[in-house]
Amino acid sequence: MPQITYIEASGQSTTVNVPEGWSLMQGATANGVEGILGECGGSCACATCHCYVDEPWLAKLSAPTEGELEMLENTASERKANSRLACQIKATAALDGMVVHLPESQE
Amino acid sequence: MSVSSGRIIIIGAGQAGLQTAEALRSGGYAGEIVMLGDEAYGPYHRPPLSKAWLAGEMEAAQLMMRAPELLAKKNIELRTGTKVNAIDNAGKMVRLSDDSELSFSGLVLATGSTPRILNIPGANAKHVLALRTRDDASAIMQALLHCAKSKLPLVVIGGGFIGLEVAATARKRGLQVTVLEASPRLLGRVLAPVLSEWYAALHRSHGVQIEFNVTLKEIEQKNGAVCAVLTQEGKRYPAGMVLVGIGVEANDMLARDAGIACDRGVIVDDCSRTSMEGIVAAGDCTARRIADGSLLRLESVQNATEQGKSAAAALLGQSRPFTATPWFWSDQYDKKLQMAGLSMGSNAWAVRGSMESGVFSVFHFRDGKLVAVDSVNDSKIHLLSRKLLDAGALPSPDQAADTAFDLNSLLAK
Repeated sequence: MPQITYIEASGQSTTVNVPEGWSLMQGATANGVEGILGECGGSCACATCHCYVDEPWLAKLSAPTEGELEMLENTASERKANSRLACQIKATAALDGMVVHLPESQE
Repeated sequence: MSVSSGRIIIIGAGQAGLQTAEALRSGGYAGEIVMLGDEAYGPYHRPPLSKAWLAGEMEAAQLMMRAPELLAKKNIELRTGTKVNAIDNAGKMVRLSDDSELSFSGLVLATGSTPRILNIPGANAKHVLALRTRDDASAIMQALLHCAKSKLPLVVIGGGFIGLEVAATARKRGLQVTVLEASPRLLGRVLAPVLSEWYAALHRSHGVQIEFNVTLKEIEQKNGAVCAVLTQEGKRYPAGMVLVGIGVEANDMLARDAGIACDRGVIVDDCSRTSMEGIVAAGDCTARRIADGSLLRLESVQNATEQGKSAAAALLGQSRPFTATPWFWSDQYDKKLQMAGLSMGSNAWAVRGSMESGVFSVFHFRDGKLVAVDSVNDSKIHLLSRKLLDAGALPSPDQAADTAFDLNSLLAK
């Protein structure tokens, strides 16, 4: 199972085994990573699972959809070049060891 | 009121119940928290039930909001399959369906809502279903498979969000779908006419048959299962399944029986306090008294989470009013509708983008003042609209319709 490390704005780091096919949002909310809310349950409707993907992993992800890009334009915390929505990233073996940083605020 | 120790009981283990429990913990509450759920499952996401879950795109574990170990780690005791029969406020206890009693020092009502029942002959036939719970969704999935196998149509009663989302999912599965609506338009309770028409055209373009101004007569059965829907207008719609989506009613019976003020929902203030000291309520079961004195019932994820946070704060002796702009969403086919604010009572609108292109937002004005924005595949404008409405930085109708006008500039001021 791919291991994903979530580093919250406070510096708190949590590593979670996320089943393949699950989104990074689901992996985080199921396991108490407080910096990701995922209020809409993964419908790409609320933008409360904003995360910053560490550089080496960014290229391994599939490109964001138009809908995700739109949502990223108005996130609560600053949008950066490595901003993504965790509900749109599916865990795969290739992402084992991936690190994402979480913003100060999601809403 | 302030509860500093002892047991807080939360009746309901859905979005609002979970949010309240977690907010109590993050607010520093160290006493016992017991969450009582009458379903067999812990807190799960309801929105996918009519969409990804029904389309078979999710596994059961993905529906769950929290891993069971996490609730245990937070010292939140979850009792599933547990029904509360009565609240004894004087004795500070609840009576469970097995007749046992459980005392509390604080009580949270997060009892949710129940789909309104179709009140016509034959409505209890097999494959006449409503959607609220995971078990409901499983039954609907089975019935849809039955329809697909036997080449039988789905008839949806009620052109609201649940009905139309299930209609869209069923079309994806290749079923023939008819929507029967009592009023002259779709989504009449939540959308302005301009969007109702757009959604009717969308569903028709996907092959859904829609009938308006329908008065139902009865459900025709064969061997105990539905085989058709009959209308007062003399029409007969064959059906292998009927999805009843005619709204919900707040589960306020427990509260009413306990003498808590209710009016089609447990009446709460903007801090989730009920009429009774030490008892708060959150989510679908509530009717919130708003500034103009009227009662507002919202059935949404945001309402559950916001009121849950307010409810926890209230029990801890703090005031945390729910003032954020209401927002909602609905996924149908490849169209994502996101709504900010409440468009009821609006009397003018302006469209930003083009409705023909399928990417646009409708800005609703009441007496010239922006009150709501409905966006279709236009998430950027949706999120921005929430910021504008929260901040009271409101564009004029001309500014809203002018795509060359930068709405962000209103926030900068």
